[in-house]
Amino acid sequence: MYTASDLRKGLKVEIDGEPFIVTDFEFSKPGKGQSLYRTRLKNMVTGNAFEKTYRSNDKFRKAPLEERTMQYLYSQGDEYHFMDTKSYEQIAITAEQLGDNINFMVDNMDVAVLVFKERPIGVTLPNSVVLEVTRADPWAKGDTSGTDTKPVTVETGYTLQVPPFVEEGDKIQIDTRTGQYITRAKE
Amino acid sequence: MAFSFLSRRAEIFQAVRLFFLEREYLEVDTPLRLPALLPEANIAPLESSGWYLQTSPELCMKRLLARGHDKIFQICKCFRKDERGTLHLPEFTMLEWYRTDIDYMDLMEECESLLRFVAERVASQSPASLTILADASWEYLSVTKAFDLYGRISLGEALTQGMFDEVLVRDVEPRLGFVRPTFLYDYPAQLGSLARLKSADKNLVERFELYVNGVELANGFSELTDAEEQHSRFVREREIAAGMGHSFGAMPEKFLDDLERIETAAGIALGVDRLVMLLCGAECIDDVVAFTPENL
Repeated sequence: MYTASDLRKGLKVEIDGEPFIVTDFEFSKPGKGQSLYRTRLKNMVTGNAFEKTYRSNDKFRKAPLEERTMQYLYSQGDEYHFMDTKSYEQIAITAEQLGDNINFMVDNMDVAVLVFKERPIGVTLPNSVVLEVTRADPWAKGDTSGTDTKPVTVETGYTLQVPPFVEEGDKIQIDTRTGQYITRAKE
Repeated sequence: MAFSFLSRRAEIFQAVRLFFLEREYLEVDTPLRLPALLPEANIAPLESSGWYLQTSPELCMKRLLARGHDKIFQICKCFRKDERGTLHLPEFTMLEWYRTDIDYMDLMEECESLLRFVAERVASQSPASLTILADASWEYLSVTKAFDLYGRISLGEALTQGMFDEVLVRDVEPRLGFVRPTFLYDYPAQLGSLARLKSADKNLVERFELYVNGVELANGFSELTDAEEQHSRFVREREIAAGMGHSFGAMPEKFLDDLERIETAAGIALGVDRLVMLLCGAECIDDVVAFTPENL
């Protein structure tokens, strides 16, 4: 059980049988008055959000979320298929549920799947992934007049800005949280 | 930034001291750790080896009034458990001053003089705050009127429904002190356990709060000096606090004994960190203290 004083951004709680995540949080306490916890909560399944003010004695159940390690197998149309590495059970998650994650997923990658009452509701990737550059304009050596980055496309179809020395066929490390280039990966 | 806010903070401390020095106030410093505190329903104290860290210097300062010190001020640390937010730290800096033979109206005037004095002497980084403080006529607004103007329900309805704090925080506070500072005054009697009842209306206490930019800066009142009445209010506050699991130690008997020796007085507490925020144009209390609990 959580009490209102445990509320903070990112906390996941169960309200009316649904999992919610706190997306905004503000503590306020008028002089001589009681502590008030003003929150904005987002339903982790439907994405619907609402605002509510709680008092210190309000209690919450921890959202019964389970994180399972799964291997990404393949995509078929709009569906992405994963296999539980323990039970070998296979599940499908839609592109919409995966959001930006699809830019960084390659076959056989291990991901953490968030499960609520046997329903997959989200996927957390490793903080960084290594992907191969499939298209890059050649770097005009000696050209110091232009910008210091250029766009390249990686194997998932995702396009990002990288330093000019990155070439087609290179493997680069990308931060999955920001989608930005980190470094060129050594083979 | 790190250099500038600390020097601004120091300038503010010095200007505050100069103001009280010029008005012949005595600067005092009293113990932070006490065997018993003044019980307040909505404050959770921190324990310290069986004693308590002060939630305000009010207890010791009023005992000094009883000893015959008629004008005193203090800048000190106060501690309140579980208070943390953009305007709250569990350990924060408070300015309190007390004076005999005045009431809350006089104190509002003096509070206004103090802030004008400090604003003139500090190299503020926030021209917007200075414009507000320099306004020629600060607003004096009763709590009843404020609820009528801004609240979704009246003060009476808010009290009946137990929604006073919610309406205040959601509807009223965000409207106070944006063009000029606002004194919100005359609070419901149950929201001022140490304040004197208003003689014209016993449902109200002579208490006020100062707001600038929607932020509560100070809380002051005409002091209740009737020990018997104070004792029965403490009993009620202690019951509410106990229900929430907070203890303040034994009944502060020595304080109650001393209270009898004060005739008329008024006192005020001003959050120094919030004053620094105002004059630095800071959005978060973390930006105006040397260390927050999280980075210790």
